[in-house]
Amino acid sequence: MSNVDRLIEAFPSCRVSKILRDRDMVEVEASNIVDVVKYIRDELDYSILLDITAIDNLHLSHPAKSRFELRYIFRESSFRDTLTIKVELKELQIDTVSKIYSVADWLEREVYDQYGIDFKNHPMLKRILNHNEFVGHPMRKDYEITKGQMCFKTQDMLDEMTPLLKERGLDAERDNLMLLNLGPSHPASHGTIRTLVALDGENIKAAASEIGYLHRGFEKSCENHPYNQIIPYTDRLNYCSALMNNIAFAKTVEDMMDITLPDRGIFIRVILTELSRVIDHLVCLAAGLLDMGGQTNYWYLFNPRNDAYDFLSKLTGARLTNSYMRIGGMTHDLYNGWERDLEDVLQKIDKGISDTLKMIEHNRIFQDRLQGVSPVSAQEALDYGFTGPNLRASGVAYDLRFTNPYYYYENFEFDIVIGSVGDTYDRLMVRFEEMLQSMKIIRQAMKIIPDGDIRVKDHRISMPPKEKVYNSIEGMMNQFKLVYEGVKVPKGEFYGAFEAANGELGFHITSDGSGTPYKVKVRAPSFVHLASYPKIIENYQVADAILTLGSLNIIAGEMDR
Amino acid sequence: MDLSQSHLLGDSIVTTKIDAVINWGREASLWPFVFGTACCAIEFMATAASRYDISRFGAEVLRFSPRHADLLVVAGTISYKQAPILKQIYDQMPEPKWVIAVGACASTGGFYDNYTTLQGIDEIVPVDVYIAGCPPRPEAILDAIIQIQQQLKREPTMELRNQDFKGRFEDV
Repeated sequence: MSNVDRLIEAFPSCRVSKILRDRDMVEVEASNIVDVVKYIRDELDYSILLDITAIDNLHLSHPAKSRFELRYIFRESSFRDTLTIKVELKELQIDTVSKIYSVADWLEREVYDQYGIDFKNHPMLKRILNHNEFVGHPMRKDYEITKGQMCFKTQDMLDEMTPLLKERGLDAERDNLMLLNLGPSHPASHGTIRTLVALDGENIKAAASEIGYLHRGFEKSCENHPYNQIIPYTDRLNYCSALMNNIAFAKTVEDMMDITLPDRGIFIRVILTELSRVIDHLVCLAAGLLDMGGQTNYWYLFNPRNDAYDFLSKLTGARLTNSYMRIGGMTHDLYNGWERDLEDVLQKIDKGISDTLKMIEHNRIFQDRLQGVSPVSAQEALDYGFTGPNLRASGVAYDLRFTNPYYYYENFEFDIVIGSVGDTYDRLMVRFEEMLQSMKIIRQAMKIIPDGDIRVKDHRISMPPKEKVYNSIEGMMNQFKLVYEGVKVPKGEFYGAFEAANGELGFHITSDGSGTPYKVKVRAPSFVHLASYPKIIENYQVADAILTLGSLNIIAGEMDR
Repeated sequence: MDLSQSHLLGDSIVTTKIDAVINWGREASLWPFVFGTACCAIEFMATAASRYDISRFGAEVLRFSPRHADLLVVAGTISYKQAPILKQIYDQMPEPKWVIAVGACASTGGFYDNYTTLQGIDEIVPVDVYIAGCPPRPEAILDAIIQIQQQLKREPTMELRNQDFKGRFEDV
């Protein structure tokens, strides 16, 4: 009996509908939501709540029953299956599930901020991405995309800090605590994250984080651009591994259309994905070690990254934001002699890693500084919604390349890297080993990459060759239609997941059948990881908190979108 | 000392203008405050690292307190939420100070023409040099620093800069 059937049996008012690629979506009554979510976690054993988002049906071509709908996406404990729950909202109100999955806390705040949906009994329902002087809810279809609102004063966050201190039986005045802002403009805040901490000496007694300083309206912009024009925006989500975001987005759209790339295209994607993972980890580790004063390691790790960028700029024309992928393939093939360049880069990275490890692996200061700092148990990590290296550091063998292999990952020989206790040390060391595994995959892929096409041969998806555009009316019309209307994606919705450098990068795309998505929601691993940050740094010192932030590898572009 | 007797001193004294000598010192000791928010900040990190080596131009003393710095490098998208913080940091920097807008977002808002993004930091602070690119290459960032150096050589040292600038925060 499938999980969906069991859910229907337990809650007969639920209905099942099909979404794209024959996946099930279960429709749940709003009044039932808490019981259903509890059942999903406890009885059906879905261990991670991946995402909560809303859909505004205002501009839908066919009349919908209610204007706003919610989506809850879960991943089960073997990490293979996802389950999507749909809730139609008759009134703009629903019970919170943040007491069941603590990750729901921030996810619900985002839905409240962007769509204006009220979550009853939520512990702290306030804006999260937009500033506190903002009026209206920008992701609603009737909010104009260019209507910016100036912010004149930054909030003091005491509305969050005061209850936190009260819960712990503390009082800032009486206990002589110092309230200190770490960020948003702070060298160790890795972008633009603000954490207000209450300090007793060096010890953090309570903390509250504020994000949204780099909210750039990715999701709203998606609703105004054709699929291929969204690719440059995806570059700037996690800008340390831009290609990976390109690939994750393109793959989701391709999955919606049920198309498969030619083998050479897939191999190029695998090679570039793994190279991006290495680059991402290099930046994370270089910056993390710099935070603890290991400046030499910064040079050791950062310089090979520059060599990797030289390779990428030779291949794609850009160092950082490559925009190399397209729906159904990529812009052009690899250049002649790429193998030599890439092998050279890999050797330099190898050397950078081994030089760094020589300095830290048996270094007492490094170990004492990191071991036992902010450990996250496997159970907590799942509850917080951790994915990727941060979850693996806690000892959970979760990796989409293993559990849901795509792009022939089942045929590559590599290991899943897991830690033991999930402290800052594990989170950093897992990344070191993952880079070596990724390079192993790249070397295998380089050996067996086949010749052939890099794009799907379908005139509705891929641009015609320039020769045809200039010399035939069919070719010219084909080009015109693709540029003006874009790639048409079948009507429906789909959640595509990808093992990105930071964790599960998911795109939940709703299509109305046109060349522009009706709605895109990014399941950003950094957003979820940061939500746990104020909790895990509690009772550690300020200097530890800085390293913990580095080890979680928060990328603001992806977190704030 | 009577300057008419200066021939007695030989080469041990150089006569020059006060502006020239102060600017000569300023030129080679710009202390940047990096207001890095996004992708451009990653490229700034590359500029500071040993390959591109910003210290060749005397600007390697990165300060993370605005009170120590005289060059504000705004690297990355500035959202409306971020704007009051940028303004506060600019105000905390002592005179004289110069501002570089790194990349499309800081210069114009870039392709984030939407409800979140300030359409160019020159709406709130005066900008001396704009750099194109999304993100610009490290060479472009170095070029901007050289341009600031060229520019400051011609400036009077005893006058406050950008006195008449009116940004969106000045009306409040």
